[in-house]
This record gives sequence, structure tokens and C-alpha cells, in this order.
Amino acid sequence: MTADLRAQSAERIHVFRFASPATFFALAGRVVPWFAAAATLLAVAGLYVGFFVAPSDAVQGEAYRIIYIHVPAAWMAMFLYLVMAFWAAIGLAFNTRMSSMLAAALAPSGALMAAVALWTGALWGRPMWGAYWVWDARLTSTLILLFLYLGFMSLHAAIDDVRRADRACAVLALVGAINVPIIYFSVKWWNTLHQGATISMVKAPTIATPMLLGLLLMALSFWMYSIAMALSRARVILLERERDSAWVRAWLRTRQ
Amino acid sequence: MTWDSWAAFWAMGGRAGFVWGSYGVTLAVFALEAMALRGRRRRAVDQARRSAAAAAESRP
Repeated sequence: MTADLRAQSAERIHVFRFASPATFFALAGRVVPWFAAAATLLAVAGLYVGFFVAPSDAVQGEAYRIIYIHVPAAWMAMFLYLVMAFWAAIGLAFNTRMSSMLAAALAPSGALMAAVALWTGALWGRPMWGAYWVWDARLTSTLILLFLYLGFMSLHAAIDDVRRADRACAVLALVGAINVPIIYFSVKWWNTLHQGATISMVKAPTIATPMLLGLLLMALSFWMYSIAMALSRARVILLERERDSAWVRAWLRTRQ
Repeated sequence: MTWDSWAAFWAMGGRAGFVWGSYGVTLAVFALEAMALRGRRRRAVDQARRSAAAAAESRP
């Protein structure tokens, strides 16, 4: 019985070991180059398929090729927000420093993805709709997503005590999370100019197989890129916050 | 092969500005993100070094 309990608690310690800043720092440092390499290889493959294998679109001609960055960026902007809100919530509930640092590390990457989605969307909208911007439900809710990321970052920067900033930002991130399903379902709920989903979990995709393959490769590439960036940024945030800790001092000595 | 020539590839069916404008800016944004992070990391390491040096000096 006691042995059983001891084994159980040992296992629990094992899981939480990764939440320890020093372990996270070392582990993240080891995996970042692999994620960066995967992002590069997937992008090369995705762009090759997207530009040299996939045919032009019957209706949209060549301009549709913006899809290979527009859709992955939009997906990542939404997905990163949910991941950020998740870690912020964990940090708020369990007072775990590393979770809040991860949330703070994800915000700039998410903001950039939202900005890229809006920029490429504008350049796609002009030839297709005749306008760079319309106040359509999907476009507007994506703009709000960008502002939520920027709000998170500004609020964090505005509060001196980082732990208080973490908690305030967690509340902001959680309240803002309601915007993600609004973006996702906006093309169904409202009569939007933005086209419906190209790929959905419940029905067959509406595009040719090479287009789909190129799109999925690029989406994976953006995913790997975001992981590499978020982990690198989390390491920098750790260095900033734990500058005076014994493990940072020890790490500094190893790289003299 | 999708393209008759490289010229046709770069022309993107007359939509070159929109397609390459999207790809160019995206690439630039990612490159800037990586560079900004490098700079932030260098500053963090420098600051940690200075802090460690100051602590070593204040020790008797």
C-alpha cells in the first residue's frame, strides 16, 4: 500500500519535472532546432507541391495560390490563441510560473500569424472581391483576434509585477477565447463575403488533391515554426525572469 | 508541369503583385520575428551576465 503510494507520487514528480524552469529550459533548447528544421523541410515540400504540382484554380486563376500561406496563418492564429488561453488558465489556476511564461511566449507569434492572415487576405480579396477590406464577419472577428493578442502583450508590458501581469493577462486571454469559435463559425452563422471552409472534418474537401496536400504541408510547416518560435521565446522569457537563480548562473558558466 | 516558362511562373497569371506581395511580406515578417527574438535573447543573456558579475563582486 505505502509502496504503491510512493510509486504514484514518484510518477507525479516525474510529470511535474517538465514544469520546472531549469528542465524546461534545457529540454526546449534541445528540441527547437528539430522543430525549425521540420518547418523548413515542410515549407520547401509544401511550396513545391503548391506551385509546381497543383494546377491553377478554375475560377480564381493563379491568385488562389495565396491560400498556401493565408489558410495556415489563419489556422495558427486561432489555434495559438486557444493554446495561449489554455496555458494562461493553467497558470492562473495552479500558480505555475512556467505555464504563464508559455502563454506570454505564444502571444507575439499569434499576433504575427493574425497579421499575416489579414495581410494575405487583403491581397487575395482585392483581385477576387475588388476590395482589400470589407467589414465582413470573418474579417472583423480576425481583426479582433489581432487586437486581443496586442492587448495581451500591452497589458503584460504595462504591469511591473510579472506575476500580477500573468494573472491579469490570463483573465483577458480567457474572456477573449470566445472570439475563436466566432471566427471559425462566422462563415456559417452570417452571410459573409468570405468563402466557406475549404476543408472540414465532416465532408470531403472541395479542392484538388495536390492543392490539399500543399495546404496541409504548409499548415504543418507553420505549426512547427510556431512551436520553434514559442519555445525559443519561452526560454528568453525564462532568462529574463530568473536571471538571478542558481540554475541560470550555472548555465551561464557552461557557455563562457 | 504547371508553367510554360519561368516568366509565366513569375507573372502568376497577371496577379504577380498580389501573390508575391503575400509571400514576400510573410517571409519578411518571419525573418523579422526571428531577428527580434535573437536580439532579445542576447540582451537577456548580457543582463544575466552583468547580474552574476555584480553578485560575485559584492561577495566578500
